[in-house]
Amino acid sequence: MAEVVLSGVTKRFKTVAAVESLDLTVHDGEFIVLLGPTGAGKTTTLRLVGGLERPDEGSITIGGHDVTHAAPAARDVAFVFQQYSLYPHLSAYDNLAFPLRSPARRVPEDEIRKRVGEIAEMLRISAKLQNRATQLSGGEMQRVAIGRALVRRPSIYLMDEPLSSLDAKLRSDLRLELKRIQQDLGATILYVTHDQTEAMTMAVRIGVIESGRMIQLGTPREIYTAPASVYVATRLGQPAINLLPVGLLPDGGAPTGGKTVGARTENLRIAKAANGSANATVDWIEHLGDQNHLHVTVGDHKLVTLADPESDLAKGDRVSLSLVDPLYFDASGKRIAASGKARIPQGNG
Amino acid sequence: MSKTTAHSVVAPTPTARRVSGAIVILYALITMIPLAWIVMTSFKTPPDSIAYPPKVLFEPSLEGYCNLFTTRSRQTPEYLESLPAPEPGCDAIVRSRNMVIAGPSNVIPRFTNSIIIAFGSTFLAVFLGTITAYAFSRFKVPFADDILFFILSTRFMPPIAVAIPIFLMYRAIGLSDTHLGMILLYTAVNVSLAVWLLKGFIDEIPREYEEAAMIDGYSRLHAFVKVVLPQAATGIAATAIFCLIFAWNEYAFAVLLTSGTAQTMPPFIPFIIGEGGQDWPAVAAATTLFLIPIFVFTILLRKHLLRGITFGAVRK
Ligand SMILES: Nc1ncnc2c1ncn2[C@@H]1O[C@H](COP(=O)(O)OP(=O)(O)OP(=O)(O)O)[C@@H](O)[C@H]1O
Ligand SMILES: [Mg+2]
Repeated sequence: MAEVVLSGVTKRFKTVAAVESLDLTVHDGEFIVLLGPTGAGKTTTLRLVGGLERPDEGSITIGGHDVTHAAPAARDVAFVFQQYSLYPHLSAYDNLAFPLRSPARRVPEDEIRKRVGEIAEMLRISAKLQNRATQLSGGEMQRVAIGRALVRRPSIYLMDEPLSSLDAKLRSDLRLELKRIQQDLGATILYVTHDQTEAMTMAVRIGVIESGRMIQLGTPREIYTAPASVYVATRLGQPAINLLPVGLLPDGGAPTGGKTVGARTENLRIAKAANGSANATVDWIEHLGDQNHLHVTVGDHKLVTLADPESDLAKGDRVSLSLVDPLYFDASGKRIAASGKARIPQGNG
Repeated sequence: MSKTTAHSVVAPTPTARRVSGAIVILYALITMIPLAWIVMTSFKTPPDSIAYPPKVLFEPSLEGYCNLFTTRSRQTPEYLESLPAPEPGCDAIVRSRNMVIAGPSNVIPRFTNSIIIAFGSTFLAVFLGTITAYAFSRFKVPFADDILFFILSTRFMPPIAVAIPIFLMYRAIGLSDTHLGMILLYTAVNVSLAVWLLKGFIDEIPREYEEAAMIDGYSRLHAFVKVVLPQAATGIAATAIFCLIFAWNEYAFAVLLTSGTAQTMPPFIPFIIGEGGQDWPAVAAATTLFLIPIFVFTILLRKHLLRGITFGAVRK
């Protein structure tokens, strides 16, 4: 395991800058998750670290060695690709053994058998080891692809949405498993996902990328509670953060320059109200099984928040909404600190 | 069994399967009649081979093969009588025609030439074609489209159109009637086809496989051998068969450029007709032998070929 440093890395494809002056240090043993919308440059970032793309500017070091121009094989990284790319002419077992048989490593066959067996056990694909790669289901392929990275002990694991085609149960199992591997082995991992649960639960730090630029890098808690901008704030939270003009709902008093209020479920207080104090109407309630999404209209604006399962709110009810310690953003979308007196301790949520 | 059997929309019904099977078999039989006739003729005696009406049932004889592999000389009855009794086999057959075996014919060296030249040029064309196609498929080659067009344009005219210049060139540099000369010539004709066919196949192999292999610790060359080649096997096999068939059957250049040392079977076979009357069974025997290598090669690569001739449409 090793520290990986990208400094000022830029990668252009013709005119498009897929990655632009990106600075990122992945500390030894750290688990960094990159979040960002499609086309933001997440995959390109991983490919740059893996040596599959050469940066136009900037440098990359792994464990102190400058690898900016090194071949992929010389970098000692493991990569789980977004499209699981198993070798179709090999069995699942041979796919898992493939990296260990490389000229760079040449692990003895009985050692390979042991390592592949362990990984297959962990990923629950032991029964499928003799199948051709093309005779596996999508989820099995993806597990073999993850396994092909995990059989190695590289300086860094690069994972591009590795859990995306698995069912919810397996995904949460593997999430824990990956987190455990990272903690037990002190593995360094750079991980791309769209799934905020994965980001929040696994990351030591989260990096939010937009159009090839690193917008904010911080612990999951920092990113969640102190997003640098509207853009970052909209990346996290389920249901997504509600953005409203300042003054629409009563709050503790907006700071000067605040134009937009960001309100997540925990920032909204909702109560059934008599016509006089009511400022909003319940549109409908969406039952998602584990949670209920409450759609509310305030003036021209629509909000989504979580409803208490026991609440007796129903469609058409008039309610009074107020804000507790929300986020404020200025006209350009940057977050500005709330004025002091509005700080109300987070309590019963 | 219930009366209403469900069957999927795409799978053909048993009736459809039988009808289409019958059509294919019928067509195959019709197209194979000339081949069967050649093989039959090779086992006839010369009188049987030109009998009218043609004989479908006949007493098989090895005379055609004996005549193919030997040269014979006609002798006077007195001389023949002075010889000891013929050994059974070719000796006896030839003696019954009032001739004696003078020595082996050229068929074995000619056949060997065909093997060396056809397989040698096929190997070279496919080898060069594979690495060229790989380079065009994976690297940024300057003017790639123009170069590819140029490669293809070498096939725009029939190769024989350049026969005279090549004949003069070969004579000047001493490549006439040499194995090397013929191998280079057939390779040059085939390599453009090979590049184009193989580029299609290699384009279809996602780069991610090589990228994964390179991340896994393999060099590009190693990844090419371990990951690309196995997946291109279908295309390579199909291309090899196309190249082999061309080089094996090629007649015009062979007539022009070879006469002895490097003569291949196609210009040699017509010679047999001339030697001692119209010896159709010997010609048929030569043709039968000539068919065997392509037949065996195609059978060996059949599995790949069947998928290959659909040009990658059904790869999985
Ligand atoms: N080989 C390439 N040639 C040209 N443009 C490319 C290439 N690879 C990526 N791009 C462009 O670079 C940008 C970033 O792509 P990238 O694949 O890194 O996005 P991503 O963040 O991984 O998106 P997703 O979440 O959809 O996987 C995109 O605009 C994409 O079109
Ligand atoms: Mg991507």
